[in-house]
Amino acid sequence: MRPDELGDGQVMTMTLEAFADTIVPGEKRWPGDRAVAGAAEGGGAVAAGALQLLEMPEGGLDQALDDLARMLNDHAEKYRAGHGLPQDESVPPLVALDFANRTALVQELTAPDHPEKGQWVGLAMFCNMAFDTGAHSHTTDAIKSGHVGLTMMGFAQPDDDGLWRFPDYSYRRPLARLHPGTTANGSLA
Amino acid sequence: MTAVESTDVLVIGSGFGGAIAAYHLAAGGARVTVLERGPWLAAEEFDHDFKFGSSSTRIFDFLVGDGMSLLGGNCVGGGSVVYFAAMPRAPGFVFNRQGSIGRRMWPTAITRDALEPWYDRVAEALPISMADWNTATYAGGLWAAACDRAGRTANPVPAAIDDALCTNCNWMMSGCRFDAKRSLLLNYLPAALAHGAEIRPLHEVQRITRTSDGGYRVHYDTVHEVDYRIHPDSGTIDAKIIVIAAGAGATPVILQRSEADLGPMPHAVGRYFSGNGERLNTAYLNEDKVAELLGLSRGDGLAYAASQIGKGPTVASWDRLDGSLPEYERYSLEQLYFPPGLGTILAQVPDATGPTWFGVEKKEILKRWRSWLTIFTMVEDDNEGVFGTPPPTGNSARLSQQFLGFSNLRYRPTENTLRGWALSDAEVREILEKDGLARVMPWTNEPVGAYTVHPLASCRVGDDPATSALDDRHELRGHPGIFVTDGSAVPGALTVNPAFTIAALAERAMPGIVQAARERGIDVRYGAPAPDGSTSARQAAQTAAARLARA
Repeated sequence: MRPDELGDGQVMTMTLEAFADTIVPGEKRWPGDRAVAGAAEGGGAVAAGALQLLEMPEGGLDQALDDLARMLNDHAEKYRAGHGLPQDESVPPLVALDFANRTALVQELTAPDHPEKGQWVGLAMFCNMAFDTGAHSHTTDAIKSGHVGLTMMGFAQPDDDGLWRFPDYSYRRPLARLHPGTTANGSLA
Repeated sequence: MTAVESTDVLVIGSGFGGAIAAYHLAAGGARVTVLERGPWLAAEEFDHDFKFGSSSTRIFDFLVGDGMSLLGGNCVGGGSVVYFAAMPRAPGFVFNRQGSIGRRMWPTAITRDALEPWYDRVAEALPISMADWNTATYAGGLWAAACDRAGRTANPVPAAIDDALCTNCNWMMSGCRFDAKRSLLLNYLPAALAHGAEIRPLHEVQRITRTSDGGYRVHYDTVHEVDYRIHPDSGTIDAKIIVIAAGAGATPVILQRSEADLGPMPHAVGRYFSGNGERLNTAYLNEDKVAELLGLSRGDGLAYAASQIGKGPTVASWDRLDGSLPEYERYSLEQLYFPPGLGTILAQVPDATGPTWFGVEKKEILKRWRSWLTIFTMVEDDNEGVFGTPPPTGNSARLSQQFLGFSNLRYRPTENTLRGWALSDAEVREILEKDGLARVMPWTNEPVGAYTVHPLASCRVGDDPATSALDDRHELRGHPGIFVTDGSAVPGALTVNPAFTIAALAERAMPGIVQAARERGIDVRYGAPAPDGSTSARQAAQTAAARLARA
């Protein structure tokens, strides 16, 4: 099943990139990029560092990535055959699926009744985390280098010492009536 | 051959239940050793950083169970280091709940009135501050204004935060860099140390056995300071009294693992777990409507766009905390902040045509993250959680070096719990979707089940031996000298943030534990003042303390 011209490492990387790109989609990195489907503007989980995050020993998935990629491709091949889709042997089976079909497959794998749900939800969460937090690098560095997720979300800049402070934080006026049962200590009776 | 280590009182865990016990027993003259599974960090080590390996993963555990995920502290100071410090007292009706057992689930001796002097002791010790509209954050103010416009009331929530030091950085789940949050690192624990208590971080208790002299032997593993999956060493300590306060996700697991040596555990050990009925909704605000409908302005051209700013929850709507309503239909609605990652992954897309929690449409709503508002609901759940066979060590099979693991907890919400969630979801929507102010979606339960930041009740107090593990003095039934003082002792969901009630129950348990220690020949007296020396709450609790110390 593995395309002959790709090494094991490339198959794994492209497969995990395709999975990550399904979770937080992004624009193609170059014309003809196959792993990133180009389903959304701007960078997605792959540009945000999903592969770097997955490969960090701290996360605990690093030793399992080749197995996870192999299983993803097995599922993708079954999905392709089951849906009568044409075979494309130039890329790993998950990468060969278009974005809509990758999405449908990931929905199946993460559905409440899927026996492998736990591991695919876990893998998805690492991809989310890469985009929403940039957890493979220090947050101050991620912001300095324009991390695609934190930038898109509008995560604020820290102070010069790398810490966050918001001196303006309150409307500073009463905005609702208090519960009539409020006691002197601020709680209800 | 090394000598067997021994102490008078061995405390497992250093959160509220452990720290309060360590302080009172040490101050009273007992030799106290505290074993804490997590590391010991101080303010300068609390990072503003999402990177794996920073304090956000060192001191926090996210345990995925079957139908319920647990989030909690894993460090010296326990939950107090990572929590949001919201400190409301539980409303009076909570203590009359029956839950699933057809009778009052709390012991007769514990009512809101009876607990009041113990709440006061904690309030003096931390201390807890009254909140007002000047300390309510933009997110809290927005929630208040929306509640008001929808005909509801809303209250600033009392908190254990020093507002003069708080920078509203919203990194409090990684520990407070500015010592503004009055965690146990600032009061009970340093006072316990001053009285000679010893705290050993990175010591994970696995099980308890008996000694020939009627005491107990605690078996621990040491935990690697970076990779918590590695346990370099192990050891034992003998003690006359054991106080277990490992948290509601861990206390029952230690007891289950000890059953082979200690003998049968009460039926309620590892059962009746409650997630405090917790659930989250995310609102996506329309900034123009915030200005137009609520008249809010930050003064810099922005109406809101402030999801990142603040200090967790600051305002709650308590209209449904009405004792005349039926059980399971009472809940609070509290504005909250969860940082990206934990706070974004399970948020769902309104009107999604594809997947609701990942994919193209999810990315679109992330673009408006600054205009998100999270509403935290606490309903009355049905104590549905049951712990299965303990894992080989600790309370989870750890996947990551830190932070992420798999728990043996199984939770299937009953119709009662589901109805409470549905009612609260509908009310949040009614308040926030009024006239197009926002769109609201609950967090999805599909990927990891329900989730709680306030695990409770897995080793609970009660009068009925069939449905409670502890008597009303927190002593484990059938195992004299073992006491449990953490969230697992709380009988059920509280409809508000539970830390204050957990702490008040621990304070209330102390006269009885001191008395039990004296009966085992330990030279210890009850009666320490607050950790800073204040005495007014101690004096007010004197009569109640004398009653609890009955032989």
